[in-house]
Amino acid sequence: MSKIVTGTAMNELNFIETALLGSSLIAIVAAAIGYFMVLRGQSFAGHALSHVGFAGATGAILVGLPPFWGLLGFSTLAGVAMGFLSEKLAGRDIAIGMILSFSLGLGLLFLHFYTAYASQVTTLLFGNVFGIDQAYLPTLAALSALSLLLLGFIARPLLFASLQPELAEARGVPLRLVSVLFLGLSGLAIALCTQVVGMLLVFTLLIGPAAAAQNLTRRVTTGLWLSAAIGLAASWGGIWLAILSDWPSSFCITALSAAFYALSLLRR
Amino acid sequence: MLHNVDLQISSNAFIGVLGSNGAGKTTLFQAILGLIKPESGQISVFNRPVKRGNLNIGYLPQARSLPNHIRLEVREFLKSSWDGEKWGFLSTSRSVELPIFAALKLVDAQDMMHRPMSELSGGERQRILIAQCLMRQPELLILDEPLISLDPSKAQDIIHLVRDIQKSLGITVLLSAHELNPLLGSLDKVLYMGKGSAVLGRVEDVINNSTLSKLYDTKIEVIHVNGRIFVMAGANPVEFNAHNHEHEQNRHWHGHE
Repeated sequence: MSKIVTGTAMNELNFIETALLGSSLIAIVAAAIGYFMVLRGQSFAGHALSHVGFAGATGAILVGLPPFWGLLGFSTLAGVAMGFLSEKLAGRDIAIGMILSFSLGLGLLFLHFYTAYASQVTTLLFGNVFGIDQAYLPTLAALSALSLLLLGFIARPLLFASLQPELAEARGVPLRLVSVLFLGLSGLAIALCTQVVGMLLVFTLLIGPAAAAQNLTRRVTTGLWLSAAIGLAASWGGIWLAILSDWPSSFCITALSAAFYALSLLRR
Repeated sequence: MLHNVDLQISSNAFIGVLGSNGAGKTTLFQAILGLIKPESGQISVFNRPVKRGNLNIGYLPQARSLPNHIRLEVREFLKSSWDGEKWGFLSTSRSVELPIFAALKLVDAQDMMHRPMSELSGGERQRILIAQCLMRQPELLILDEPLISLDPSKAQDIIHLVRDIQKSLGITVLLSAHELNPLLGSLDKVLYMGKGSAVLGRVEDVINNSTLSKLYDTKIEVIHVNGRIFVMAGANPVEFNAHNHEHEQNRHWHGHE
């Protein structure tokens, strides 16, 4: 943070503006996808996807590619694979946990062979909202819009299948296809979240606001809006706190997200 | 699992589908719903070949998974199933509220519209799930084990409710159960399944020594005690206790009361 605030006034503003804009896009996508993830009881699967993404990112570094694309590719593909295996993985926390730890180990192995990017690794693990490159914003906006459109397209059968899979199947909902599309989307959202809070803290934007919203309202559409509002409040508030305190931005966003969740429990 | 089943089910009737665990009750329902295809022969519903997603059939599945962390209100829960099979954004139209309210009125649960599903008792949830089956005004209602885990008085309430709805709407109801006695006096007919086959008829024509002995291919004794009927194979009753089935996974939900 101290490096950021020593720039010119214009650069400083751009840094903050970029952080605000980038985190807003990500917070909205994460809140919407996280809402369904919480509803479907797939939070742990989401956590595992971020770890698979870590192996993808470090693997990309090793072969000279931008880590974001390795992260995006691996977490999305892992999401699709998890969707295909969803019935077999249901309630298999041990299997998912093993995939999670193996992925982290694989990422470590890739780093063992290529150690020049230690600072990038810290960013991958814990994120840095001020590290979002302004030139990357159009890509981020396009990926966010694509995610929201795709989520909108599957929203109705996804909700039905999440609440009553047996009835949804009888009514003609292709459960596996819905699961594949949703977990693939989740992988994409996780890759985006990693930019802001890192892979170890994806719960902050993905699960925290969605879980708080579900404690606060019993309606789906209201819940989705509320989830996005809480995600935005945590991101903007976190950026503001980081600037004021010079503490890591990821900590500030995480602290606010946790505070919102804790407050929502009072209403439950 | 099922073989040589040849049945014609008339409209406007309350039919109890009975038989022990694994007799093929759920398989029969899945075939009528178009979820599984028969290896040979054909099934038609209202003179049309079966098709998956037939809105003319209201269906209450046996495995009704609903995790307790879901705190959506009844209206939202029912709304999600209204046109949940169609791709697209969540519906914000208020037009769906009318059929939801009408269905809730049929099961006398209008006052539950804004209560969270997770806070309803087992009997209340069953009412809501039956209302859900009625939203599309079906001509056939398939209720797979709706009495499971309900105490006897709540089970009786559900049976009377279903009977009243069946009569007032003039629809056909297929209701599966492990036990015959709670249904006695309410059923028009009984469909008894055993050893992969089935017999359909009035209770007294089906639940008797000769018909059931032929169905099971072993000696079956039907005993009448104080208006209750017990189907015995040797020293053991043929019906199983409804609580003896296995829970498939943690998400499996029962409305234990």
